[in-house]
Amino acid sequence: MKVAVLKGGRSLERGVSLRSGARVEDALERLGHEVLPIDAGGDLVKRLAAERPDAAFVAMHGLGGEDGTVQELLELLGIPFTGPGIAACARCMDKVWAKHELRSAGVPTPDWFAFNETAFRELGAADALGELEERLGFPLVVKPSRGGSALGVKFAAGWFEVPEALVSAFSYDDRVLLERFVEGRELAAGVLGSEPLPVVEAVPAGGDRYDFEARYEIGRTDFVCPAELSEEETASVTRVALEAYEALGCSGFSRVDLILAADGPQVLEVNAIPGLTDTSLLPQAAEAAGMSFEELVGRILDLALKPAAA
Amino acid sequence: MAETPHRRRAHAGARDLERYAGLFAARTGVMRSSAMRDLMAITARPEVISLAGGLPDTSTFPAAAFAAQMTRIAQESAAEALQYGPTEGFAETVDCILQVMGAEGMLPDPDDVIVTTGGQQAIDLVCKTLVDPGDVVVCEAPTYPGAVPVFCSYQAETIQIDCDGEGMRVEQLEEVLTSLDREGRRPKFVYSVPSFQNPSGVTLSLPRRQRLVELARRRELLLVEDNPYGLLRFGGEPLPTLYQLDGGDFVIYVGTFSKILSPGIRLGWAVAPPPVMEKIVLGKQAADLCTSTLTQHFVREYFAEGRWRQYVDSLAEIYKGRRDTMVAALREHFPAQATWTEPEGGLFIWATLPEYIDTGDLLAKALREDVAFVPGQAAYVDESRGRNSMRLNFSGVSEEEIREGVRRIGKAIAEQVELYGALTGEQPAVPEPAPGEQGSESDADVLPFRKSGEEAG
Repeated sequence: MKVAVLKGGRSLERGVSLRSGARVEDALERLGHEVLPIDAGGDLVKRLAAERPDAAFVAMHGLGGEDGTVQELLELLGIPFTGPGIAACARCMDKVWAKHELRSAGVPTPDWFAFNETAFRELGAADALGELEERLGFPLVVKPSRGGSALGVKFAAGWFEVPEALVSAFSYDDRVLLERFVEGRELAAGVLGSEPLPVVEAVPAGGDRYDFEARYEIGRTDFVCPAELSEEETASVTRVALEAYEALGCSGFSRVDLILAADGPQVLEVNAIPGLTDTSLLPQAAEAAGMSFEELVGRILDLALKPAAA
Repeated sequence: MAETPHRRRAHAGARDLERYAGLFAARTGVMRSSAMRDLMAITARPEVISLAGGLPDTSTFPAAAFAAQMTRIAQESAAEALQYGPTEGFAETVDCILQVMGAEGMLPDPDDVIVTTGGQQAIDLVCKTLVDPGDVVVCEAPTYPGAVPVFCSYQAETIQIDCDGEGMRVEQLEEVLTSLDREGRRPKFVYSVPSFQNPSGVTLSLPRRQRLVELARRRELLLVEDNPYGLLRFGGEPLPTLYQLDGGDFVIYVGTFSKILSPGIRLGWAVAPPPVMEKIVLGKQAADLCTSTLTQHFVREYFAEGRWRQYVDSLAEIYKGRRDTMVAALREHFPAQATWTEPEGGLFIWATLPEYIDTGDLLAKALREDVAFVPGQAAYVDESRGRNSMRLNFSGVSEEEIREGVRRIGKAIAEQVELYGALTGEQPAVPEPAPGEQGSESDADVLPFRKSGEEAG
């Protein structure tokens, strides 16, 4: 089968995406497919139209590839593609939208408030920040609404750190959220089709909890998979992860990032197209379930071709 | 973009890198860069105006002369040019090196010179020769970003000494040395780029050079002088090198053809006292046996024509125009709270923004406008430092690109300054004086690196 692997693009996660893509290409080749690697650029549609692949494996992260844009084009061209559909991608990419969906579906997620840049520039939103102390407390987490990895994510221990954190977050998006900081264990729960994968726990080897560098570098973060959780904890984390996956309309595969707090799991975000690099969490989870990377890639591809069989 | 299918790994075992993690040497754990590397990967897009590079301009090198030189090599010395060469390098290459050093008033013994694969290898070999894990190495703050991973990979404990408009603060170095003394420790060497430093563009003043050399003698301390840009001076008076002041007893000198001829030929050199050189040669032997003989032949041919100095001067002239353009653009587009250096040579300007701006995040924002620079943290071992500074390159881009690139960065900064003002009630940037007005020009001689109140190392 001729499979196009879409990777790269213009997002800030281009580097990670290129690594994901290269690894997927390896696996597809070993599975006997004809691989068509495409660094998504201005000629994407032209190349897809000319090459007419039987399917597209979307190995893109961040804006453009993970937000429904590329998915829309593939839909239009009639090429089956891996991972969640247009709407699910759009929902997951926008953390504010995703959190609203989660909350309406009754899925636990930390309290938050979101602001547009115009709210501060034109509506004097800074005057409303005082209200947040009571509602969210400190420390709080400031994040760009649409942004991958931990780029632009900052902690604010007190008011004095909020303006600087907002300036950072607004560098990535014109909407940011201020989220209640939830103390707990950092977990990632992958879902394949409609089946949960073993839960991974990320234990920072030192330094900040949300450290972009640590996420992609061997030795900077220790990953425990399956996470050492009690049976009840595993059950509740898995249940909440599946609920989040469904609430956002995901299909194919995705990764749900959670914090396991004293009073149960809270969903931070859902990654529509999680990393598939050497150090990424979802492949580790699959491996812990006894699934090689090729098998994982094969399953993801199958789900794209016959979603009903999932 | 066309892909090359043969590029991919085919072996099955490569797929799960973490399986190899247990085999990695401890030093790989301290090798750095990932997030920044990912961001920098985007700066390579063709539509991006990159002020992030460290590139000399090789476009003015006469192609016809290049063709003639390479043809002569093919006709007259093909066998030798394609063969291995001595580890120390050819005597003819050393002759060229002596000419270059002579142009800056240095007269080393040819036996003290080794030809290396770029100046970068010279830094690596010096570390290989001198540094055990945990040893102290001292350098400037900020320092050459390319030196940081070398120090890290030899597991050195790197101490950085603050710079101001006159370069490394030697009195701070003395304090550090004294406090190390009390712990019974001493640094293996002090690394410095005294002229038109990368990344800051500042030059170590003559009194500080003298004091540094005197300090090295008194304490029997090795200085590693990295001088890639010394001949690329386009303003002010030439200063003696540390090597010249010291006579070579306590200075290991690192030079390169990269900025005066071509970085692509990968030719640099080191000059060291004989006992140190002996070990460096052994290290070089283990690393790569010898430096490219082909490019050594090229340098020999090129120098034989006797026009090398003219070419360097023509580069300096071009860079001077680009620096002027960049400084003018900075005055026009950067906010009043920003400061920057105005180097008298070299390739770089270092700009410092208000403290609440993180230049790593600013880079993400700037990339949306298709412009790139190097965030300041790359020049520090402690990555929490340099967060509000940036390195801007003016040598590898046209004046038009410099104007447009600085304009776009300035716009991104202005938006952040305005937002911060809206968040804190702090007054946004005062309007810049109109071009031609005095105003911020008076700052030019001061060039503070950090605002008062910021921690001082």
